[in-house]
Amino acid sequence: MGKKPEIFGTDPFDGDLAMRGYALNDMCFSFNEEANREAFRADEDGYMAKFALTEEQKQAVRNRDVLAMLEAGGNVYYLAKLAGIFGLNVQDLGSLQTGMSLEDFKQRLLDQGVTLRSGAMVKEGEGA
Amino acid sequence: MSKVLGGIFTSHVPGIGNAIARGLQQDPYWKPFFDGFAPVHRWLAEHKPDVAVVFYNDHGLNFFLDKMPTFAIGAAPEYHHEDEGWGLAFARPFPGIPELSWHIIEEVVASEIDPVMCQKMTVDHAVAVPFELLWPGEEGFTTRLVPIAINTVQHPLPSPKRCAALGQAVGRALRSWSGEETVVVLGTGGLSHQLEGKRAGHLNIDYDRFCMDNLAANPGALVQHSSLEIVDLAGSQGVEILNWIAARAALGEEVTELSRNYHVPISNTAAATMLVETRDAVTA
Repeated sequence: MGKKPEIFGTDPFDGDLAMRGYALNDMCFSFNEEANREAFRADEDGYMAKFALTEEQKQAVRNRDVLAMLEAGGNVYYLAKLAGIFGLNVQDLGSLQTGMSLEDFKQRLLDQGVTLRSGAMVKEGEGA
Repeated sequence: MSKVLGGIFTSHVPGIGNAIARGLQQDPYWKPFFDGFAPVHRWLAEHKPDVAVVFYNDHGLNFFLDKMPTFAIGAAPEYHHEDEGWGLAFARPFPGIPELSWHIIEEVVASEIDPVMCQKMTVDHAVAVPFELLWPGEEGFTTRLVPIAINTVQHPLPSPKRCAALGQAVGRALRSWSGEETVVVLGTGGLSHQLEGKRAGHLNIDYDRFCMDNLAANPGALVQHSSLEIVDLAGSQGVEILNWIAARAALGEEVTELSRNYHVPISNTAAATMLVETRDAVTA
């Protein structure tokens, strides 16, 4: 496989990760259905066994350890579906992965806050 | 003859969908983003496009990693959004226009780009959120959909140049379509954001400005980077700019920028909305 560039804190989801993470992502894909989310809530270990997660993946899920899930091949779009079951959104995930508090993580985004607007050639109206 | 009237480019963050479902458009956090749609709504009210060709990426609703197409073109009579894991499904169906979809597929394959063809597919928030933003309310959508999915999820991703070539082929198809329909082209997703890893929360306002400044007049500037270089610049999910690149290419050479709105942050994302029009819109 092609050599990946070095990007701080970023591991592009390629064939290596796709192979490593298949079972975990497959389980997360099943969470599109509410009945499957319920089944997972009712028996996490049983549900993980059904999708043949590796021990590393199971442990990462049990520990709610997002970085370990990524390391085990989890793709963030699929992990987001699992995170939803735990009541976590992508900002919670950002906090967990960066080790910052949720408030600090949100504040770091707000600190870069900017609104740029141009309405050239369109009549200005309410809110434009 | 059909007419391609213009292009609309917008972020598609799922949180925007939640905000719509909860009626938060005037909430101080969300208002600076939603206000960017005022000129878009006026333009749509004036031009009433019959068809929206939407370049987007699927995040694990219709496609899983077992079979991941680089490009996929929908040719269904109707499309639906469904629950993506957090319990929100937009109810309004999206009417399709399969005869135009097949015409596009014919032209794209004749151009030696080979997409997956989908007579049945669901569309995720990357289509549903933009439709909700463009045509808010409860009334059924009358603008018919041609969804074109680009893989921005599982590397290797198509190159920006390849996405532009896809867009150009779609543009040729639209301009050679014998129907009377008017068309708006959408590119969804972006701008800079990264959800995963220790760099989660990465934004790049300079790169976003570069993209917005060049989109209308000099879109060739956007294909100078490789997809992995864009990941570096814009974040793992900022690479959704590929959808914008393809959509812009479908519009042909000359377009005029009518409006631009850029707001940081919406969730973890630098959210942007742009409207451009072709000369056909002026004479339509």
